[in-house]
Amino acid sequence: MDISISLTDGVTIYRQIVNQVKYLVASGLLQPGEELPPIRTLALQLKVTPNTIVKAYHELEISGVVYKRQGSGTFVSEGRQQIELRERRRIIEQRIDALLAEAHQLNFTADDILRMVRERKAAMDSETGEPADVER
Amino acid sequence: MGQIVDVNDLSRSFGDKVALDGVSFSATAGQVHGLVGANGAGKTTLLKHLIGLLRARSGSVRVFGRDPVRDPVGVLSRVGYLSEERELPEWMRVDELMRYTQAFHPTWDATYARELLESFALDPSRKVKELSKGMRAQAGLIAAVAHRPELLILDEPSSGLDAIVRRDILDAIVRAVADDGRTVIFSSHLLDEVERMSDHVTLMHQGRVTLSGALDEVRRQYQRSRVHFAENFVQPPVLETALLIEGGGRAWSVVHSGSPEKFRQSVLARGGEVVESRDATLEEIFMARAGRSRQQMEAA
Repeated sequence: MDISISLTDGVTIYRQIVNQVKYLVASGLLQPGEELPPIRTLALQLKVTPNTIVKAYHELEISGVVYKRQGSGTFVSEGRQQIELRERRRIIEQRIDALLAEAHQLNFTADDILRMVRERKAAMDSETGEPADVER
Repeated sequence: MGQIVDVNDLSRSFGDKVALDGVSFSATAGQVHGLVGANGAGKTTLLKHLIGLLRARSGSVRVFGRDPVRDPVGVLSRVGYLSEERELPEWMRVDELMRYTQAFHPTWDATYARELLESFALDPSRKVKELSKGMRAQAGLIAAVAHRPELLILDEPSSGLDAIVRRDILDAIVRAVADDGRTVIFSSHLLDEVERMSDHVTLMHQGRVTLSGALDEVRRQYQRSRVHFAENFVQPPVLETALLIEGGGRAWSVVHSGSPEKFRQSVLARGGEVVESRDATLEEIFMARAGRSRQQMEAA
């Protein structure tokens, strides 16, 4: 499972794991029914205490992203639809917040940014000769 | 969860130097407890009390509910300890060291010890005195973990080691916790290591505990904010709830604790604004609580 831990941005490690698993599920990189790595394996991979992985998996279970099968392992839940929109919004909103904070420092208003986003999109579309939609 | 370690109001002086000053500390089963603090903060002195190398003169020390000085067998058979100096019998060969250590521990797991020897590529016929610093740490680690102790105490386990040996040590901690649900207490000056490996953290400063608790809860109590001012400050601006201020001129980084609203109002009152706020990292909290700036730390 492709997860990386950063210790410089002030986000707790278990929260980073929760967020990245949610992202992997929302983006389809983890499919319903797929098994998450065992706690020990992920702890060794990330060099974090197993207790943190336990906590992250527990929270993912409570929010319905994964489920535990008795005596077996942790699996991605079916019906990812529900979390998908919320999670996709959250991921994008984080990027927007960072963009707005930077814009503010450089003296751009939110309206400036909106206009620039449209300009960039138009430029991209004309470069590729087709709408750069993510979903086709 | 069972109480594994319970230290109550422990004080200790060496000559007129106060090493521990009213320290209370506890760890329950299954915890990985990181002990941080500058050199001379009292970490090693505290750990030596846990294994009965030092007798509590004032205050009390209980490990598995027992006094480690009065009942060394009852405590030490269940504890694995790696000292900072890694004092090992120099004249022994590595395999002799293993047999020697095994003799003290009926629960010694010879298969596990052999696995570790092989994974570290340690030559059993080498003399301890011929080992490099990294190999000594690996040998000391095997001696500390191969009897699968209920409590593993590591004093600066990765001090002075290269990245590969450090990884071996961290792996051993992970395995002790994941496979057997062991309790681990380790001291370290590497804060990223503590942040990764521990779920509880205790910060010591000049013989006192200045901070102790679950890592996530400790982290939640501190924020780091970037603030911009219209005015140019030569001296750091005085801000409410601020513990550590770094930067210069109109842009400053502040570690603060308590009400974020109170902090924001205080910045506003000085003609500034909070540009960005997030939870502080363990390193930032450490710097703030140890009362020294980063520059001073690095110079030390």
